[in-house]
Amino acid sequence: MSEQPKFKWIGTRPIRPDGVDKVTGRAQFGADRLPAGCLQGRVLRSPHAHARIVRIDTSRALTLDGVKAVITGADLPDLSDEAGGEGPTDFYDLSRNVLARDKALYHGHAVAAVAATTATLAEQALGLIEVEYEALPHVLDVLEAMDPGAPVLHDTLRTKGVEPKPEQPSNVASRFSLERGDLDAGFAAADVVVEGEFRTETVHQGYIEPHAAVAEVGEDDRATIWVCTQGPFMVRNYTARVLDLPLGSIKVIPSEIGGGFGGKTTVYVAPLALALARKAGRPVRAVMTREEVFRATGPAPGSVLRVKIGATRDGKLTAGHAWLAYEAGAFPGSPVNAGCMTILAPYAFENFLIEGYDVVVNKPKTAAYRAPGAPMAAYAAESLMDELAEKLAIDPIELRLANAAREGVHSTYGPRFRTIGLEETLEQARSHPHWKAPLGKNEGRGIAVGFWFNGGMNSSAAVHLNEDGTATVVAGTPDIGGSRASLALMCAEELDLDPDRIRPIIADTETIGYNDSTGGSRVTFATGMAVIEATREVVGQLKERAAKIFDVEPDQVEWREGAAHPANGATGTHEPLTLEALAQQAGRTGGPISAESTLTARGVGPGFAAHIVDVVVDPETGKVDVTRYTTIQDAGKAVHPSYVEGQMQGGAVQGIGWALNEEYVYDERGELQNAGFLDYRMPVALDVPMIDTVIVEVPNPRHPHGVRGVGEVPIVPPLPAIANAIHSATGLRLRHAPMSPPRVLAALEEASG
Amino acid sequence: MSGRKLHVSFSVNGEPTELLCEPQQTLLDVLRDELRLTGTKEGCATGDCGACSVTLDGTLVCSCLVLAPEVDGSEVGTVEGMAVHSEPGNPKLHPLQRKFLEHAALQCGICTPGFLVAAGSLLEHNSDPSEAEVRYWLSGNLCRCTGYDKIVRAVLDTAAELREAT
Repeated sequence: MSEQPKFKWIGTRPIRPDGVDKVTGRAQFGADRLPAGCLQGRVLRSPHAHARIVRIDTSRALTLDGVKAVITGADLPDLSDEAGGEGPTDFYDLSRNVLARDKALYHGHAVAAVAATTATLAEQALGLIEVEYEALPHVLDVLEAMDPGAPVLHDTLRTKGVEPKPEQPSNVASRFSLERGDLDAGFAAADVVVEGEFRTETVHQGYIEPHAAVAEVGEDDRATIWVCTQGPFMVRNYTARVLDLPLGSIKVIPSEIGGGFGGKTTVYVAPLALALARKAGRPVRAVMTREEVFRATGPAPGSVLRVKIGATRDGKLTAGHAWLAYEAGAFPGSPVNAGCMTILAPYAFENFLIEGYDVVVNKPKTAAYRAPGAPMAAYAAESLMDELAEKLAIDPIELRLANAAREGVHSTYGPRFRTIGLEETLEQARSHPHWKAPLGKNEGRGIAVGFWFNGGMNSSAAVHLNEDGTATVVAGTPDIGGSRASLALMCAEELDLDPDRIRPIIADTETIGYNDSTGGSRVTFATGMAVIEATREVVGQLKERAAKIFDVEPDQVEWREGAAHPANGATGTHEPLTLEALAQQAGRTGGPISAESTLTARGVGPGFAAHIVDVVVDPETGKVDVTRYTTIQDAGKAVHPSYVEGQMQGGAVQGIGWALNEEYVYDERGELQNAGFLDYRMPVALDVPMIDTVIVEVPNPRHPHGVRGVGEVPIVPPLPAIANAIHSATGLRLRHAPMSPPRVLAALEEASG
Repeated sequence: MSGRKLHVSFSVNGEPTELLCEPQQTLLDVLRDELRLTGTKEGCATGDCGACSVTLDGTLVCSCLVLAPEVDGSEVGTVEGMAVHSEPGNPKLHPLQRKFLEHAALQCGICTPGFLVAAGSLLEHNSDPSEAEVRYWLSGNLCRCTGYDKIVRAVLDTAAELREAT
């Protein structure tokens, strides 16, 4: 393990640069913009889970005074030649998710949209649109949807990844597999085998800000979209594709974003707002209601997993077999592949077979949700690891340590691990006072680990030096949880300048080079890398300017303590030149000083976390209360520790909600019954204790500041950690999440006969 | 349904204001779209998330559940009224706003105005709340980013600081 580099600014906790705007209400979010003459956009949604759209008549709506535009699927380009695309985004499907064509595929599927002078009129107009539906049988459950007799959502869908290629359509969009070694031999070598079937229900990201977009079009047909999104460049590309417009004719300005967790990595209302604005010749603001957010934006999939793990008597894992089926929602594209890649990843396995099925059902198309696909996979695998430890009478931390992935281990998903911190994380868990603290009545303790790859991808960033020696950092990755602070700190470290003198901004699509979306825990890692590169380029320019003034060679100038110093045998006596002095003279020494760096970030550092949780199970009601929670996570390097802790705490509490309460509830007609915060109950402050954090720092040697990325791992361990704690409290293995009072009570009653 | 607009006069953050609104428009609607005080946020419009928290004659309410015509003659307090702008170059954040920043008690920031208004209301009622009392009072406000830990700490720390100052 390499020595931790010495930092001056990295690891400090300055006030975030956008903080004052966000505590005073000045920060502008998606719905906060309202240009003069702006129309209100509203969307008509399918009342059916699955129906053929026979006819849509918008004429009555258009007669209503104040209604300026109505659009239906017929107004959007067909994109038939894009059908079945192999790329990460299928624009044929995306277009049909944005606005249904011949079929509505879920309760809430957009069918038409209206722009009117007031919200009241727009709402009224929706009621005047006549849609004739022919209801079709629907299917909601992943296993039922895989059944050969199930209602088929897409007549053209043929399962990918199986030989021979099926001739009949089905709801199974693809099969993915990972395999190594000899599975039979592996299980034959096992002294103990544990196995089980696990289920999780559909859950939502639950960001507090509903999707919102404001579209304006000029007389030259150039468009501007103001939108809350994790990816302004994604919105530009997706909107251009869905509306068949030149990408360069659209400018996207990212507003502040009120949470996303992966759910704002695609488009819903932005293309509709723009299509309406183009039709009406007026700006259009389209804001979803909370009900629409639940009914029609990406939840995380429900899943079924069948997993089997074998080990020798002394606790060495010999084989793993995992079968995963994830609900994609109405169009293919669940994160089942990531589920497959993560499910056994924390451990060294020589023999395994992992197969995953992506299955369409009549629910909204799933979207990314924090470590997409991994929490349900961990639920199964880490519950079984706990059971294995129990059967082998080995401490669960020791069992994990004995098999833990470490440098050189060939991961189950492909590459060999380089420097990773799973062992360090588990060792911190073992020595944490929580692990040995006494438990009360009906109280139990569980532990589980989680893994996430972390992301790299494309980022651009610029650093401008201002005339007074302050600096501006320009990034194109929306700040969803404090990344302005981490980017400013990284720039500060390289310039050796107080971060308070650095203003980071999030730019629009015309102000900075291309950026992939904020997601995959990649911003501090990848955009940070671009900021560091750009800052180093600026430092290079500063040294050149100083060399001119000193009348020495550039390599005879050293940058430290925010100033250029003569070095390497530079002759003569020169006072150091401060950043401020060099900035003031820039116009006379070669012009303004700035640099932009663009990169495809390589060298991601995988992240691991271990969570310890105590729960009390009420034997009368089955209610599970979390009484103590500790998260331990390898951050690589915590650039701004407060916001690293915040990711750890927030992810843990989202995981607690997923584990204990949250689920989509459908009726027999396939209608979502709990599309609101009252009935889709996310944790409130009273539901959770303080979330203790331990940041482990095993630097990522392939990042200049050692960064790994921290946003996603924290949601991976909570489901199994809580399941294991419930087992510790009750002796029961809960294998269906959420482990809500009715399910826990039923299990308690079944156990007591 | 839209019909004749109603005239409503009330005060916002101590400033008298009047406007015309549709009978079914909520206080939240008119704060945001008529007065352009967009610090008050809409997260659900059903009173479940608290992002639209304001005070109405000193009582904490969800502004999405109050019809605008109802506030005629009332005093409304929003997040925009928390910081005191006393002199140029020296606007003073409310102690809660400062503590939220020091404790990193916000990530995305959309729920923050609601939490600040709600927490301000708590401290008006109870200058020495326990952790449980803070959690109970703030249970009408949803935050999906922070897991509440740093929010609760920020409120407790503010209360302690204010007690020390008095």
